[in-house]
Amino acid sequence: MDHIPFFPERASTIASQIDGIYFMWVALSGAVALAIAVLVVYFSVKYHAGSKADRRVTADAAAQERRMHHIEIAWIVIPLVLFTGMFAWSAEVFYHGATVPPDALPVYVVGKQWMWHLEHPSGQREIGELHVPVGRPVELVMTSQDVIHSFSIPAFRVKQDVLPGRYTTLWFSATRPGEYHVFCTQYCGTSHSQMVGRVIAMEPAAYASWLSATAGTPTMAARGAVRFRQFGCSGCHGANATVRAPSLEGLFGKPVPLKDGRSMIADERFIRDSILLPNRDVPAGYEATMPSFRGQIGEEELLEIVEYVKSIGNVTQ
Amino acid sequence: MASGVAMTAPQFDDAEQQRSSSNLGIWIFLATEVLFFGVLFAAYSITRVRFPDAFAAASRATSVTLAGINTAVLLTSSLTMALGVHAARQGARRALVGWLWLTVALGAAFLVIKAFEYRLDYVEHLIPTINFDHSRPQADQVELFFYMYFCITGVHALHVLIGIGCIAVIAAMAARGAFSPSYFTPVDVTGLYWHLVDIIWLFVFPMLYLVSRS
Amino acid sequence: MNSAAVLHHDNYLGAGATWRSWLVTLDHKRIGILYTITITLLFLIGGTAAALIRLDLLTPNSEVVSVETYNKLFTIHGVIMVWFFLIPSIPATLGNFLVPMMIGARDLAFPRLNLASWYLFVAGALFTIYALVAGGVDTGWTFYTPFSTVFSNSNVIAAVTGVFIAGFSSILTGLNFIVTTHQMRAPGMTWFRLPLFMWSMYATSLILVLATPVLAMTLFLMAIERAFHIGVFDAALGGDPLLFQHLFWFYSHPAVYIMIVPAMGVASEIIACFCRNRIFGYKFMAYSILAIASFGFVVWGHHMFVSGQSAYAGTVFSLLTFLVSVPSAVKVFNWTATLYKSRVRFDAPMLYALGFVGLFTIGGLTGLFLASLGLDVQLHDTYFVVAHFHYIMVGGSVMAFFGGLHFWWPKITGRMYPEGWARFSALLTFVGFNLTFFPQFIVGYLGMPRRYPNYPAEFQVWNVLSSAGASILAFGYALPLMYLMWSLRYGERAPANPWRAKGLEWQTSSPPPAENFEKTPVVTEEAYAYSDAEPAHG
Repeated sequence: MDHIPFFPERASTIASQIDGIYFMWVALSGAVALAIAVLVVYFSVKYHAGSKADRRVTADAAAQERRMHHIEIAWIVIPLVLFTGMFAWSAEVFYHGATVPPDALPVYVVGKQWMWHLEHPSGQREIGELHVPVGRPVELVMTSQDVIHSFSIPAFRVKQDVLPGRYTTLWFSATRPGEYHVFCTQYCGTSHSQMVGRVIAMEPAAYASWLSATAGTPTMAARGAVRFRQFGCSGCHGANATVRAPSLEGLFGKPVPLKDGRSMIADERFIRDSILLPNRDVPAGYEATMPSFRGQIGEEELLEIVEYVKSIGNVTQ
Repeated sequence: MASGVAMTAPQFDDAEQQRSSSNLGIWIFLATEVLFFGVLFAAYSITRVRFPDAFAAASRATSVTLAGINTAVLLTSSLTMALGVHAARQGARRALVGWLWLTVALGAAFLVIKAFEYRLDYVEHLIPTINFDHSRPQADQVELFFYMYFCITGVHALHVLIGIGCIAVIAAMAARGAFSPSYFTPVDVTGLYWHLVDIIWLFVFPMLYLVSRS
Repeated sequence: MNSAAVLHHDNYLGAGATWRSWLVTLDHKRIGILYTITITLLFLIGGTAAALIRLDLLTPNSEVVSVETYNKLFTIHGVIMVWFFLIPSIPATLGNFLVPMMIGARDLAFPRLNLASWYLFVAGALFTIYALVAGGVDTGWTFYTPFSTVFSNSNVIAAVTGVFIAGFSSILTGLNFIVTTHQMRAPGMTWFRLPLFMWSMYATSLILVLATPVLAMTLFLMAIERAFHIGVFDAALGGDPLLFQHLFWFYSHPAVYIMIVPAMGVASEIIACFCRNRIFGYKFMAYSILAIASFGFVVWGHHMFVSGQSAYAGTVFSLLTFLVSVPSAVKVFNWTATLYKSRVRFDAPMLYALGFVGLFTIGGLTGLFLASLGLDVQLHDTYFVVAHFHYIMVGGSVMAFFGGLHFWWPKITGRMYPEGWARFSALLTFVGFNLTFFPQFIVGYLGMPRRYPNYPAEFQVWNVLSSAGASILAFGYALPLMYLMWSLRYGERAPANPWRAKGLEWQTSSPPPAENFEKTPVVTEEAYAYSDAEPAHG
C-alpha cells in the first residue's frame, strides 16, 4: 500500500465548490464539537461533586429566568442564521450542478444489472468505461433497464440515480486528464459492488484521436434512422404517410401544445413517453391512435431513436 | 358482568377516568385508521394524476349502481348504530339489542352487495393479473386502476367485516344486560369505529366511482 | 449484601414465579422485562450480522462470505436493528416500566393491549426470523422497488409481513402511553412538572401512532405488488418507483426520531440526577422534543435528493431539515449548561449519558453536511451516511439505552450492578465506537459506496480500522450482558433510591410492589427539584 488516501482528488469544475461547503462544515462542526467537549470536560472537572468551586446563584429567580431565556434565544437564533446561510450556499451549488450547459456533449447511459452501457452520439459504444474530453461539459442522459441504479464519479463530485421508465441527467466538465472511479451507488442486487467502471478524461487532442481510432460504427442518429424505419415509425410520421401523425422534423426541444390544453417541451423524456405511452400526452389537433411500443423496443434502441429525432430537430445544427 | 354496573379496572381511579381513557384511546385509534387509508388514497390519487384519461375510463367500468346502493346501506347502518348508542344511554335494553343486530344485518348486506359487485368485475374481465382483458384500450393503466380499486375496497371491506364481528359481540353482551346508562363504553367505542368505516366509504365512493361521471 | 432471593412476595418480581404468571401478566413492569429479553435476543442476531459484515470488509474482495450472503447480512442487520431493536428499545423496555411509575399510576391505561403489543412484537419477530432462516432477504432494509417487488429472489414477503405485524405492536404501545399520560397523572403532576423522560415518551408515542400506519400500508402495497405482479410502483406499467420511496421515507424519517427522542429523555434524567441540578431550560427542552417530533414529519425528502425528485422539492426539504436540527442543538446546549455550577458524579450511567451527548453531537453535526443539497450529492449512499446514522443510533440511542438500563437497574431488579466493570464498559464502548465509525466518514467522502462487499483496494486501511473498532465495541456490549446477568443473583441489594434521585419512581421500593405505590403520591414540586443546599454525595 503506497499511500493512504485521506481526500478524494478533484477533477471537475464543480468539485472545488462542493469541497468548499464540505470544509466549511468541517470547520463549523469541528468548532462546535470541540467547544461542547471542552465545556463538558471543564464543567465536569470544575464542578465535580466535592469540589470547592463557587456554585452560588442569584436568589432573584426572575432575573435567572430572564437570563436563561436570553441564552436560549441566542442559541436558537445563531444556529438558525448559520444554517440559513449554509442552506442558501449549498442550494446554489446544487442548482449549478443541476443546470446542464447548453453546449454539453451528450452521452447516453443505460444501466442494467450489473453493468453500464454508454453510447456516444458519434457511434462509439463502451461498457464500464467512458472516454471524455477535458475542459468540455458532458451531459449523461441515463436510464435503467431494470432496477434503480445510480451513477457516481467521486472525483467529479457528481451522482444521480438512474431509474427505469425515466431519463435522469447529470453533467460535469473534467479539469484534469486521468482515470477516475465510477460506482453504482444505489443497491441493485447481487453484483451491485461490481457494477463499477472508470471515466477516462483525455486532453482534447488525445480525445480526438480516440474518436477517430474508434470510428466505424454508424452514429447513434444513423442507427436511430434505421430503427425509425424498422419499427414502422416512418409509416405514420414519415413523408408519405397516409395516417395523420405529427411531423418530427424541427420538433426536438420545442414546446408542444397538447390536446388537453397543457404544453410540454419535446425533450428526451417526451419522445420516450410518446413511444411507450402514446395516449397520455396527445398533441393538440391529433387523435389518440398511436399504438404503444412497450415491450417491443429496448432502452438502447429507444435512445438511438431519441438521438435520431434530435438530429432532425435542429435544422441549423 | 350481567349487572350493568361499571366495573372499574384496577389501574383506574374511578369510572369516569376509565370512560374518558377509553374515549381518548378510540379517537387515537381512529387517527391511525385515517393514516392507513390515507396511504391508499395517496397512491391512488397520485397515479390518477399521471393517467387521468385511463383512470376516468376505468372508473366508468365500475358498477356505480351497486356501489350507490351500498352507500345508502352503510349510511343507514350508521344511523341504526347511532340509535343504538342513544338507546344504551337511555337504558333501553331491547331497543339497543335491536338496533345493534340491525346494524349487523346492514353491514352484512353491504358485504353481500360488494360480493355481487366483485362478481360483475370478474365477468367483465377486470380482475388484475387473474383474468384481466389486455386487449382493451390503455389496458395497463386500466389494470392499475382496478388494482387500486381492489386494494382500497378490499381493505375497506375487511374493516366492515371486523366491525360486524365487534358489533355482534356487543349485541350479545347487551342482550345479557352488560350495559346500563352509567356504563355503555363498549357500545360507544364500537359505534365510533363503525362511523369511521362509514366515513371512509364516503371518500372511497366518489373517488373511485363518481369522479369520472360528471 | 447477601444472596437472598429478591423474589419477595411484596414486590412485582415475587408475585408469581410460574411461566404462566409471566406470559399472561398484565403488569407493565413484567411486560417491560419480557420486551427486554426479546430485544436482547434480537440484538444478538443483528449484532452477529454486523460482525460478519465487518469481518468481510477487512479485505477489498469479499472473502469471508459470498456477495449474495453479504447482501442478506446487511439487510437483516438493518431490518432487525431498526424495527426489532431500536424502535422498541427504550419505549417498550424502560418506557413500559417507568411511564406509570413516573406519573404515580398503578399501571398503563390499557394493560391487556400492552400484553397484546408484546405478543404482536414476538409474532413479527418470528416471521422475520423465518425469513432469515428460510434463506434470507437481500433487498436492504429500505426495500426499494422495483428490486424488491420484481427482481429479488429472496423471502421479501415473509420479512415484510414480520415488520407489518411488529408495526401494530408499536402503534398499540404509543396509543397506551398517550392515553396514560393524559389521563392518569397523580394529583399535582401537571404537564410542566413531568420528568423530561415522560415528555420524550409522549412525543415518541405521537410519532409511533401517526407514522407507523403509513409504513404498514406501504409495505402492504409493496407485498401485494410482489405477489400479484402488478402495482403502482412498477415503472413497466406506468407506475412510479419514486412513489414507494416517498411513502417509505414518510414513515422512516419520523422513525429515526422514534429512535432518538427516547434517548434524549433518558439522558435528561441521568444528567439531572448526577449533576444534582435542574435541567437548564426545562420548558425549552420540552418544547424542543415536541418540535423535533412534529418537524420530523416534513423532512423525509432529504433521503431523496439525488433520487430523481425535483430540485424544487429538494430545496424545500433541505431548508426544513436545517430547521429540524435547531431543537436538537438546543438540547445539547442545555445539557451542557446543566453541568454549570452543579455537583457532577461520574457513576456509570453518567458516563454513558456524557458519551451520548458527545456522540449525538457529532452525529447531529454530520447530519448538517447531508442536509446541504449540493454537498449531499457527493455524500449520498456512501459510508458518510452510514457513519452519520450510526453515530446517532448507536453512539446516541444505544449508549443512552445502556445508561438508562444501568440507572434504573436497581429499581427494576432490586440489585446493584458492579460499578467498576460498568465504568470500564462505558469507556470501552466509547473508544470502540469511535474507532469503528469515524473512519467511515473519511472513506465515505472518498467515495466508498454503501452496501459494497467489494471495494477498491485503496479504501482498505479505513475498513481495517473500522473492523478493529468493531471488535472492541463487541466487548463493550458483551461485558454488560454478562455482569448485569451476574448481578441478578450476586449483586448487592439495592435500596429504594441508591442515587438519591428525584422522581416518583424512586419513592417506592426497589423492586417496586406490584401496584407500584402503597398510596398514590401527591406531587408538590417541579421536576428535578434538587436543592443546592444538599450536601454533595461522594
